[in-house]
Amino acid sequence: MIPPDAAHLSVLEAEALHIVREAAAQSARPVLMYSIGKDSSVLLHLARKAFAPAPVPFPLLHIDTTWKFRDMIRFRDATVARFGLRLHVHTNPDGLARAVNPFDHDPSTYTRIMKTEALKQALDAGGYDCAIGGARREEERARAKERIFSVRGPGHVWDPKRQRPELWQLYNGHRAPGETLRVFPLSNWTERDVWTYILAEGIDVVPLYFAAPRPVVERNGALIVVDDDRMRLLPGETPAPRMVRFRSLGCYPLSAAVASAAADLPAVLAEMAASRASERAGRLIDFDQDASMEAKKREGYF
Amino acid sequence: MPAELLRVLACGSVDDGKSTLIGRLLYETDSVPDDTMAALAADSRRFGTVPGALDFALLVDGLAAEREQGVTIDVAYRYFQTPRRRFILADAPGHQQYTRNMATGASLADVAILLVDAAAGVQIQTRRHAAIASLMGVRQFILAVNKMDLAGFDPAAFAAARDTIAALLARFGDVALTAIPMVAREGDNVTRASARMAWHDGPTLLAALEQAVVPTPVPTAPIPTAPIHDAPARLPVQLVLRPDAAFRGYAGTLRGGALAVGDAVVNARAGTSARIARLIGANGEADRAGPGEAVTVTLDHEIDVSRGDILATAPVPEATQQITARVVWMDATDLFRGRAYLLMAGTASTVATVTEIAGRMDLDRVADEPARALSANEIGTVTLSLADPLVLEPYATDRALGGFILIDRLTRATVGAGMTTRIQPNGRAVYWHRLDIDKAARAALKGQRPAVLWFTGLSGAGKSTIANLVEQRLHARGLHTMSLDGDNVRHGLNRDLGFS
Ligand SMILES: Nc1nc2c(ncn2[C@@H]2O[C@H](COP(=O)(O)OP(=O)(O)O)[C@@H](O)[C@H]2O)c(=O)[nH]1
Repeated sequence: MIPPDAAHLSVLEAEALHIVREAAAQSARPVLMYSIGKDSSVLLHLARKAFAPAPVPFPLLHIDTTWKFRDMIRFRDATVARFGLRLHVHTNPDGLARAVNPFDHDPSTYTRIMKTEALKQALDAGGYDCAIGGARREEERARAKERIFSVRGPGHVWDPKRQRPELWQLYNGHRAPGETLRVFPLSNWTERDVWTYILAEGIDVVPLYFAAPRPVVERNGALIVVDDDRMRLLPGETPAPRMVRFRSLGCYPLSAAVASAAADLPAVLAEMAASRASERAGRLIDFDQDASMEAKKREGYF
Repeated sequence: MPAELLRVLACGSVDDGKSTLIGRLLYETDSVPDDTMAALAADSRRFGTVPGALDFALLVDGLAAEREQGVTIDVAYRYFQTPRRRFILADAPGHQQYTRNMATGASLADVAILLVDAAAGVQIQTRRHAAIASLMGVRQFILAVNKMDLAGFDPAAFAAARDTIAALLARFGDVALTAIPMVAREGDNVTRASARMAWHDGPTLLAALEQAVVPTPVPTAPIPTAPIHDAPARLPVQLVLRPDAAFRGYAGTLRGGALAVGDAVVNARAGTSARIARLIGANGEADRAGPGEAVTVTLDHEIDVSRGDILATAPVPEATQQITARVVWMDATDLFRGRAYLLMAGTASTVATVTEIAGRMDLDRVADEPARALSANEIGTVTLSLADPLVLEPYATDRALGGFILIDRLTRATVGAGMTTRIQPNGRAVYWHRLDIDKAARAALKGQRPAVLWFTGLSGAGKSTIANLVEQRLHARGLHTMSLDGDNVRHGLNRDLGFS
């Protein structure tokens, strides 16, 4: 339960529940974008609250690039079983056939094929008219202007000029044929809010968020955890155990860990209060071009 | 950890220093991550306007297009916190489409920061921003008189700006104003008191934001005039939850006042009533819930309730089919009398036809002038006729129940934002009254044989044109006629007539 000294979270929680319900009420086939990370865990928790005692009325969709940490997949399957959820997993078959991977392909090509294209395929195949995601405006400058209900044109393209003004808590979910919605109930949350809420509500997250000795190689200053034997080590690189944790989770060869001793939630929160490295700094895909997030969004990256 | 959440709107004209101020506020509340600071240092060297120092304005510039142009074009949201409070700041750009952006940012705001350049004085734009924010229901203002360095730190320049804005705001009723002299670029009176302006005996900006009244736990309510528990509860139903035959719950966000198990509620549109049997809040089963909470309720016996209905405690609001409202127009295509839009209020939607444009606001005089249409970024007063009865409250009483949006039925875009000012109650208990003068009596008086000519055909085929010519001929022969034109009748009695 939210403690009185973090009462601002009650307001954010109520707002998010309202948004999740609006998304469900205004859509024929909504789906929850489940990326297994902390934001997805909070989103799922809110979706379960929003419809209780009824079950979550939509399935979860996970875009599996096949390069996720094994702990993430284990956590995903355990969560789905525990709460009796419906899960739809999709991998881009063209990408698989062409063996697209984070070593031979540059990060932006890899992301486009295994994430952006895969997501579009899965949304089209499922006939989903509304995808509910855990993105937050605070995460990145290009997101500061994102709407809570964001309209995507045919082909899932995002056109900043066509975004609707959003007033009060009135969300216009009307779509023309071919248009879909992205809905972001956590828009107004910060990383700190997310962790504080996870602690207050006792939400389970992937253990990778907590420090533990893990096999690490250091590459261009980034700490990469070697999750399986597909990792291509460069000459001279030998994985060595180090106490690390993740602030943001994705494909293991592209996720940088941080050196940390924070092995539980209170320690993570204390460390966050002290440190000020932004969480996306651990995602190597954002660095390749200026304003890269905006470019990816225009293409339909979540 | 913060116990409260405050929503703030920041508005200013171009170059008043708004981006610089917000960037500094984020920086000084430790809301800027280290790697972003490193990027800022690099950006400041490349694009900065402050030689040899950090340009905080670059912290808050987002889309690639606007970074190139050096202007902001859309409302952006920023987050920061102090040990006491968590803030959501809507950063509304000041020049192009300022009305639309300002209205969007102000719709939920508890406090508005108005920025002026001390050297330039209060501009027309600033007056307009103040007018829009107060029309949108903002009741607390902070006037940030920036660039005091360019005005020689002169208390008289500061007082002049403060008095102008105070006089303007006085016209909007009971509005609180805190004025602060500032140098955003160097941080004077942003979070630290300025030694150079020791004559200022008021708070810094951050202190003023921490002292502002957090209206109610309700995210969308204005400052309450009555204590919350006294206000009647309103539950606009978002969803009906039916996991099994035994459970039928109504989910929605509670507005108005508190609701408790055992309370009698009425479905305001249907007039049917029941009692609250169970109440489920964010933390499960509860005895009562306050406004702003997301709840699910069950009733002690079944009545017909669906999305768009409002469950209300007494006094129960009356449904209406005619309202007067202030409308902020946001679309490139004008609003005209006779046009029909989709109106969305709370969780309900219906078709609304503009029956009258009473006036358009001249923001400089803060007065309505006659108008035939509303263009993008204009604010007008209109009367709307609703196809279905809806439950609305005056915006001044409750933002969440009095605000609505208008949606274009073809493009599906949000084209207008409305604030209900007057509600015409629907007539109740209407009986048919028998009248003695009938068709035969009228025919005898006129000395003509009654006949109906019916023109049918596709929309745009020319029915009205032909009917008009036929009527002119009959009239010329001295015959009494009456034309019922499809478009004309939709303005009044037949406003709910469809086109299919
Ligand atoms: N002299 C002076 N210049 C300022 C101050 N605050 C901002 N500026 C400058 O005014 C210009 C416009 O500032 P900016 O923050 O981009 O304005 P915006 O258009 O309102 O966002 C920039 O060159 C700033 O460096 C101030 O307090 N004093």
